[in-house]
Amino acid sequence: MNTVNSTAAVGHASAPSALGTVANWITTTDHKKIGRLFVSASALWMLNIVGVGIALGIERIAPDTAIFNSNSVTQLFAMLRTGATFGVLLPLALGFGIAVVPTQVGSKSLSFARLAMFGFYAWLIASGLVIGSIVANGGPGGGNPQMVDLYLMGVGIGLVGVIAASVSLVTTVLTSRRTGLSLLEIPMFSWSVFVSAVSVVLTLPVLLGSLIYVAVDHHYGRLVFGGNEGIDMWLGWGFSQPQTFLYVIPAIGLLAELAPVTARIRQPLRGAMLVGVGLVSTAMFGTVTQTSHVFVWGGTLSDKIKSAIPYAWFNLLPVLGVVIVTLLALLAIQKGTTRLIAPLVPTFLGVGMIVVGMAGNAVQMIESAKLTGSVFEEAAVTYIAYGAMLCAWGAISYFGPALWGRKISDTSVIGIGALGMFATVLAAAPYYFAKDQVAGVVSDFDYSGPQTAFNTVVSAGHVLMALCLLSAIAVSAKSLSSGQTVSAEVWSDQ
Amino acid sequence: MSTTTSHALPSGAQPAPRSSILVATSAVAAAGTMLMFGMLAMWLKFRDASSLRESARGKMIHDWLPADIKIPEVATNTMAITMVIACVMAQWAVYSTRRNDSSHATLALAITSVIGIAAINAQVAVYLQMNMGLIDGPYQTMFYAITGTMLALLVTGVAFSIVTMFRAVAGRLGDSSVMSAHALYWYFLTAVFVALWFVVYVQK
Repeated sequence: MNTVNSTAAVGHASAPSALGTVANWITTTDHKKIGRLFVSASALWMLNIVGVGIALGIERIAPDTAIFNSNSVTQLFAMLRTGATFGVLLPLALGFGIAVVPTQVGSKSLSFARLAMFGFYAWLIASGLVIGSIVANGGPGGGNPQMVDLYLMGVGIGLVGVIAASVSLVTTVLTSRRTGLSLLEIPMFSWSVFVSAVSVVLTLPVLLGSLIYVAVDHHYGRLVFGGNEGIDMWLGWGFSQPQTFLYVIPAIGLLAELAPVTARIRQPLRGAMLVGVGLVSTAMFGTVTQTSHVFVWGGTLSDKIKSAIPYAWFNLLPVLGVVIVTLLALLAIQKGTTRLIAPLVPTFLGVGMIVVGMAGNAVQMIESAKLTGSVFEEAAVTYIAYGAMLCAWGAISYFGPALWGRKISDTSVIGIGALGMFATVLAAAPYYFAKDQVAGVVSDFDYSGPQTAFNTVVSAGHVLMALCLLSAIAVSAKSLSSGQTVSAEVWSDQ
Repeated sequence: MSTTTSHALPSGAQPAPRSSILVATSAVAAAGTMLMFGMLAMWLKFRDASSLRESARGKMIHDWLPADIKIPEVATNTMAITMVIACVMAQWAVYSTRRNDSSHATLALAITSVIGIAAINAQVAVYLQMNMGLIDGPYQTMFYAITGTMLALLVTGVAFSIVTMFRAVAGRLGDSSVMSAHALYWYFLTAVFVALWFVVYVQK
């Protein structure tokens, strides 16, 4: 028998001062802290885009509602789209990945933790620059050239930061797994983060390259890329579908992780589940074309096939991946001895919202549907962004006990999750039916139909989501300070 | 107090070595390749979209490179050749490190650094010889953007070489993966530069 007395001599350790605590956090190389910094900072972006959603919704209720001038409206739409992807989806995926993946793969630390911390600071500084520049009439279509330059610089710095943090994650999964743990055996959440991080490493540099061209051109001559009006044309693909699908892969991986835990069995057809998550990453090929692939039902059979293949590749394959994961998750729940765990509820609902958003995108890309240029796309982005936020709430409640040792009450998790889904449907669903309402404007459309009612419901949805978000922040803060403590064996279910 | 009996199980097998620095450098190289190839793709797109004009030899060509601008081919060709030599030097550093030969590893890295600096110098010389303004036209704007990005990547390569050289000078040769990562980075730089050289300087 091997007996090791590991009792350490206990010194007179005193609690760190407030300044010491702050210094510890801002210089940390602890992956759990870096991940939490990413997630916490993204909560500010969430509040920001929800607030913008409310403002734009109110602005569109009636033709005589004029809260902002027309220039500001362009900036607000830019804020909404940039914020939903760059401010919410990306940092959420990275934050949870950085906090959880090293633990799941049996590593003591994150590979190149300082690189990940650099990534966080670069993204944080970039966030400030992007928000500041848009507020000061910069951003796509902005009227102040210097602020447009600042916006482009901010996005560029942020992209470098996000790529740096992704490199750190990819390296951790590839090199720091515990002995004997093969890549295909890692937990599903880690697998999804890995797939997402690889996709980011391969696609965002292309966006960065385009941004360098646009920034140089805008700063000096505005000869080639259309100045401030051309920003969306050349860089917009990085903030819309199918690129956004890459940022929500960890949300889908979370569902794949939670289903067998709920069912208390090993995941049936685990290999197919891995493939399902991987299929979503086919969206990364959108980087090559940087354009929408519309399905046109016209011409000869050959024309139809030529149109159908890229359409299916970029719009349907990612949806197929999510459908496979969802069906396999349901199979596990049906086969096992199910004991519902609270985090599954917001995660399942969130993935459901993401599927609706992805399916909406696929419908929008059918030419005969005549949805291009309407608010339909805005609804798809809202479904995806808010769906990812619901999954993030599931992730906080599931991984939180392992990160800070305290539990979040099941009632709060389920309640906020259900309310969040309701808010998402209110904020997005009406625009799936408002095909006559033009995108990107607040008044130049026909009010004779149900537009006023649609816009009122959408505003109410955003308000409800704001309440959910504030509630989630308050409940998380309460859990951090006075939540029920959990046992040391917090990963026992997993 | 710690007591250990002799019945303890033997240690498990050592895990297979996994080189974090090599994998991270591979990821960075992949990202850098996507960056430069993405920029080259846009370059080709714009060149292809330009109108046609008759060249001095009477052939119809794309009106992309302005007729009054001459590309200094000696400097650009020399750059391409020296970049390949930099790869040989970087690989020599790996070879020397595996033989625990600190002096040759240091020499190889020093030469790599000098070649990198020479390439940067050559790029500046190309700018001076072409003598064109950044806002003179679309070609000029895109030329400075893409070659400037390449220049920035070259600077990071030189910095990598210098840091690795100081490690070699200090005798830190135990882990050859840093040298391998350095060599990989120079292979990446050379590959993307050769692609840029062919598209921008040869095909024009």
